[in-house]
Amino acid sequence: MIPELGHFALALAVAIGFAQGIFPLWGAWRRDARLIQAAPAIAIGQFIALGTAYACLTWSNVVDDFSVLNVAENGHSLKPLIYKISGTWGNHEGSILLWCLIISLCGAAVAVAGGNLPSSLRARVLGVLGLSSVGFQLFALIESNPFVRLWPPPMDGRDMNPLLQDPGLAIHPPILYIGYVGFAVPFAFAVAALLEGRIDAAWGRWVRPWTLAAWCFLTCGIALGSWWAYYELGWGGYWFWDPVENASLLPWLTGTALLHSAIVVEKREALKTWTVLLAIGTFSLSLSGTFLVRSGILNSVHSFANDPARGVFILALLGLVIGGSLLLFALRAPVLAASGVFAPISREGGLVLNNILLCSIAAVVMTGTTYPLFADLLLGEKLSVGGPFFNSTVLPLAVPVFAAMSVGPVLSWKRADLGSALIRLWWALLLALAVGGYAAIGMKILPALAFGAAVWLIAGAAAEVIERVRLFRVPLGDSLARLRGLPRSTFGTTLGHAGLGVTIAGIAGMSLASEAIVLVKPGAATHLAGYDWKLIELHDGAGPNYDARVATIEISRNGALVAVLAPERRQFPVQNITTTEAKIATNLVRDLYAVLGDERDGGAVLRLHVNPLAPWIWLGAGVMALGGLLSLTDRRLRVGAPLRRAGQAAAKSAAKMGAKA
Amino acid sequence: MNRRVLLLVPFAATVVAGGGFLAMLKREQEGTFDPRGVPSMLIGKRVPPFALPADAGSLAGGFSDTDLTGRPIVVNFFASWCVPCMEEAEVLMGLKQAGVPLYGIAYKDKQAGTAAFLAKHGNPYARIGRDDAGLTGIDWGITGVPETYLVDKTGVVRWRFVGPLPAEVAAGDLKRQLQAYA
Repeated sequence: MIPELGHFALALAVAIGFAQGIFPLWGAWRRDARLIQAAPAIAIGQFIALGTAYACLTWSNVVDDFSVLNVAENGHSLKPLIYKISGTWGNHEGSILLWCLIISLCGAAVAVAGGNLPSSLRARVLGVLGLSSVGFQLFALIESNPFVRLWPPPMDGRDMNPLLQDPGLAIHPPILYIGYVGFAVPFAFAVAALLEGRIDAAWGRWVRPWTLAAWCFLTCGIALGSWWAYYELGWGGYWFWDPVENASLLPWLTGTALLHSAIVVEKREALKTWTVLLAIGTFSLSLSGTFLVRSGILNSVHSFANDPARGVFILALLGLVIGGSLLLFALRAPVLAASGVFAPISREGGLVLNNILLCSIAAVVMTGTTYPLFADLLLGEKLSVGGPFFNSTVLPLAVPVFAAMSVGPVLSWKRADLGSALIRLWWALLLALAVGGYAAIGMKILPALAFGAAVWLIAGAAAEVIERVRLFRVPLGDSLARLRGLPRSTFGTTLGHAGLGVTIAGIAGMSLASEAIVLVKPGAATHLAGYDWKLIELHDGAGPNYDARVATIEISRNGALVAVLAPERRQFPVQNITTTEAKIATNLVRDLYAVLGDERDGGAVLRLHVNPLAPWIWLGAGVMALGGLLSLTDRRLRVGAPLRRAGQAAAKSAAKMGAKA
Repeated sequence: MNRRVLLLVPFAATVVAGGGFLAMLKREQEGTFDPRGVPSMLIGKRVPPFALPADAGSLAGGFSDTDLTGRPIVVNFFASWCVPCMEEAEVLMGLKQAGVPLYGIAYKDKQAGTAAFLAKHGNPYARIGRDDAGLTGIDWGITGVPETYLVDKTGVVRWRFVGPLPAEVAAGDLKRQLQAYA
């Protein structure tokens, strides 16, 4: 009964989706005030329908209703509750439904929070959101329906992939999806602006918070995925340039570019065409990233749902949404005229440089990810593009990004003096050179460079705040008063840039990691990177749906006990899969990492790692996201600017006139 | 360049990329495109020497590399513990009915397991050899089970498929290859 209710709600959502895609756009075009005003209600209805469908699927998972095919294939009665809930989205059908739910959530959020938007713009935004999502809802209903029944129901389910039974990964997809799908809102704003034929500073101001929110979630999502790979896959690696990871990195890169170019639109009314293209491109990459992975074209360790038959349907949808919006862009973008002019050396110029570099990195990553496919298709050549290619091509582009990142924020708008900006950063530069130089002694050159860059970013970010509060140049009390007066978005920038510095430091530290694979008998010890690792004993353990083999390892340094680790090897009988459960002891400056391998000759193969600064990689991402959130709470983004009210009033009167006509 | 033309570039690039992906999907369904597959080193080479003991379910004893001559033979690595093997069992039974000579290699399996597997899903194999230690699998360079090979009448490996054999591939690509090397 409950699955049928969900099935019905999904069908209802498709119907509402068509209404949301057609009526508001039609109304905005024909200037029909009734249809324009109906848009928010339709969007909220859409969210309620999909929320119901999703809740029904979660319910079926929680009560182990194995008569539902999806639950029978992925559930198991012994699975802990949290994985029954996360199991809802831990498979193809459920994750598509989650995707649809989140895009409808975005629509509802625009409907509720967009009260101060011109009503025709809001109607167009909601209409575009409806049009872009209805196809995927249709896909969920027809091609990958999670509510299909199975008769007779099996005694028990086939269980979820054990690798996915992990708390970090349980919360990973929703966060990543909110990031991916959140870019649908800037996309919808961009397409709506093309339809309206008008972009102004107010548009930039509306788009920015949505972009920022999506960016924060995407940052967290990528970091969580990388962290999960680090501790769960048991390889000690954190980034593999795997197609799925690249697919999430691409919208992050262009989304970061969008975040910065939208500032230029907001402040200076320039870069309009470019910003619209970025907004369309970012969501297009999000869509491709989510769905190309599922179509079976891109494949990797991370993908767990492939079916070429579904691929054509998805590709057609992608073509309609991406191709349609880019065709509209080609036809309508010439209407958008830039009004702000600026010198190459200026804040705008810095942001343009940021955009060029970030998009170049994105282009390189995209080429590396898709080139093997096209080479295979066109030339019949099998080749594998991996870490070495990406590392050697991304690095030369990343270096100027880091160099410019600290300089950009201290430049003034319109026209700036590079010399005086650099003078303001002299101490940050000196500090970076000192740390980099110190690190270069006895170390490889690349990590030293990275440490220097990290310090440059963190100190440069701090320098901007110090500059703005005029520390040491005015009395301390005045500086504090200025500090309080600074807009939160300034701290957002600071944290965002400094966060990247922290991540870079973590990456640099990881490149100095030491690793050993050793066969150790119980009672014996081995030595790695200044630590003594003693295998105390091996024993059997059992979990709710697995059997485990556990090793107890004592780690000491100079005779003093540092940590005890108990890495496990787990055997999941239902799916006949073995996973390794790496154990990590961290003090935030280094990770001690142990993996239990096979046992032979009365001993156990242990893989041991000492990873300096490893936690900083994800800590930095957290700081970046925190900066974004702080910026989101900025008063300017919540309180209407004069320009915005004027725009709104004009639009309202236009709508009224339209209604009268 | 003309601004209007420039603004069309993203659209054009998308159309080209979309067309490419469509071609990949189409060819993937036909079985002529496999972006994941590592090409087998064995294609175009003679079968590595082996001699496998018979399985209890085998109709005519085990087999060795010298048995794979005289006519094109399809060799299938399988195991009772492998879920995708159950998936392809029906397709293999179809091949048997179509008169395709199919030899099976029970890879790292237990005798009782193989027997239960064949009893449940049917026995499509004309002969079954037991590769209990998995050494023959290593010589062939298999990446896992199931994996299906076509050996021509001179004992040279001509074709390989990784993973459960879909009915479309059995009726399409494999059939064409069988005819080509008949």
